Amino acid sequence: MAKTIQEINEKIKSGKAVVYTAEEIISVARSKGKKKAAAEVDVVTTGTFAPMCSSGAYFNVGHSNPRIKLGGGSVTLNDIPVYTGFAAVDFFVGATAIPDDDPRNKIHPGKFPYGGGHLIEDLVAGKDAQLLARAYGTDCYPRRKLETWIRLEDMNEAMLFNMRNGYQNYNVAVNLSDRIIYTYMGVLHPNLRNATYCSAGQLSPLLNDPLYRTIGIGTRIFLGGGVGYVVDRGTQHNPDVPRTDRGVPRMGAGTLAVMGDLKQMNARWLRGASFSGYGVTLAVGIGIPVPILDEEMLNYTAVTDNDIVAQVVDYSEAYPNCIPGSLGEVTYAQLKSGSITVKDKKVPTAGLSSYARAREVASTLKNWIAEGSFLLSEPVAPVPSVESGIKFKPLQERPIFNNARVAVD
Amino acid sequence: MATKRLVFNFPPHLIDQPVTYQLITEHNLKINILRARITPREWGRLVVEVSGKKQNLDAGLQFASDLGLDIKPLAQDVQWDAEKCIACTACCSVCPTGALSVTRQDMQVSFDHDKCIACELCIPVCPYEAMQIEF
Repeated sequence: MAKTIQEINEKIKSGKAVVYTAEEIISVARSKGKKKAAAEVDVVTTGTFAPMCSSGAYFNVGHSNPRIKLGGGSVTLNDIPVYTGFAAVDFFVGATAIPDDDPRNKIHPGKFPYGGGHLIEDLVAGKDAQLLARAYGTDCYPRRKLETWIRLEDMNEAMLFNMRNGYQNYNVAVNLSDRIIYTYMGVLHPNLRNATYCSAGQLSPLLNDPLYRTIGIGTRIFLGGGVGYVVDRGTQHNPDVPRTDRGVPRMGAGTLAVMGDLKQMNARWLRGASFSGYGVTLAVGIGIPVPILDEEMLNYTAVTDNDIVAQVVDYSEAYPNCIPGSLGEVTYAQLKSGSITVKDKKVPTAGLSSYARAREVASTLKNWIAEGSFLLSEPVAPVPSVESGIKFKPLQERPIFNNARVAVD
Repeated sequence: MATKRLVFNFPPHLIDQPVTYQLITEHNLKINILRARITPREWGRLVVEVSGKKQNLDAGLQFASDLGLDIKPLAQDVQWDAEKCIACTACCSVCPTGALSVTRQDMQVSFDHDKCIACELCIPVCPYEAMQIEF
């Protein structure tokens, strides 16, 4: 019998909702059978904790006296340049931003010890940050210089706003060349000496609702240790990719844009990360509840690491030069076993997404729902699925000749 | 047979003395040098695995510390910060000795001091600065 989200919420409010994590539901579905499990279970909670570069946060720091127009000026927080192209005292901090004087990769591989991701972590941890600003001065905003300590609690608004999180599946990265390479998939040793992957597999949010039936615009989620919302599809959302019989994409597909109030988040779930030779990012903890509306949803959430496959991609040559193709397909069960076989060679595997922490996210969210402090929300609109025709396109470059001012096709 | 992984800190005045040679020939110890850093006029550091009969090992280490060597177990120099570690497992595939390993059941990471040879391969691999080595 089908359930509605309102009915599930009534059960949550009365403390009677039956909730499992996306890992637990696998054995529940096996022992009870899918039909019975679908009738009994109300919610399955998912989780992931991994580096997600397209993350950031916007802030309103309040007006100084006399007033200063940060918009159009230059501002740093702990030496991290922030984007000020807004009204007087709003700005955006990107997770990958780094100080102007960071040597970057001039001494290769660069260490990237501190960046936007670390700044967001420090602010959420309640630490003081140094705000330095230079502005041009106007009649209504005369001040041209500002130097002050600032904390998250001092700000008016502090909102995490991530334009692409929760990638539905991802590549497995290897290095076919004869030199070590430093990538966003970690340090890859030459001649297939290691492989890295980045997904929580059977616990990952979008792999438990592969065709976006319940996760949509307005879905309430666990975000950074607090409560957040799905804002819309994420950038590079690419639903129309090859899928398995159960609808699970065989490669990177859907993504989500999410946001939430930073002041109620926790630094355990927003961690700055430094990738040698690559740069800075932010590891974000996300958990999404999947309502078990019917047997189809139960079937989706009962997906196991054996059912989810990913493509092995060479990051020395194929990835940088956009050469399509895969060196093979492996399951997450194989990836988590510690080694896979690529080109007849046994290659040790390592994750970048923490499965241990993904479990913690899913069980935290499960507890919130079980104790009645977290209700499910009905999506306002779905995120586009396979039939939407949305495609992730490469950039078609059109050269600019003779300093032309008008584009010519 | 006893085996110890140790860090030998050589004061500057001992750098030109063949202490390792004496440990091998006079105390009958097997010495595997895992890392070495010797800088003129500064303290030199040697990471070694020393093995031999218990009494030879004790006598050899007594001889070395009487000479003025500062000897510490290797474990003190390599630190895994469990608070900073998120258990992503990135380090585990590059660790050559299995000192950093994953319990496959719950995908938790653990660090075994006794297996660590302070090769530092884990240092650039950890995005969260969870591994720290003083060397």
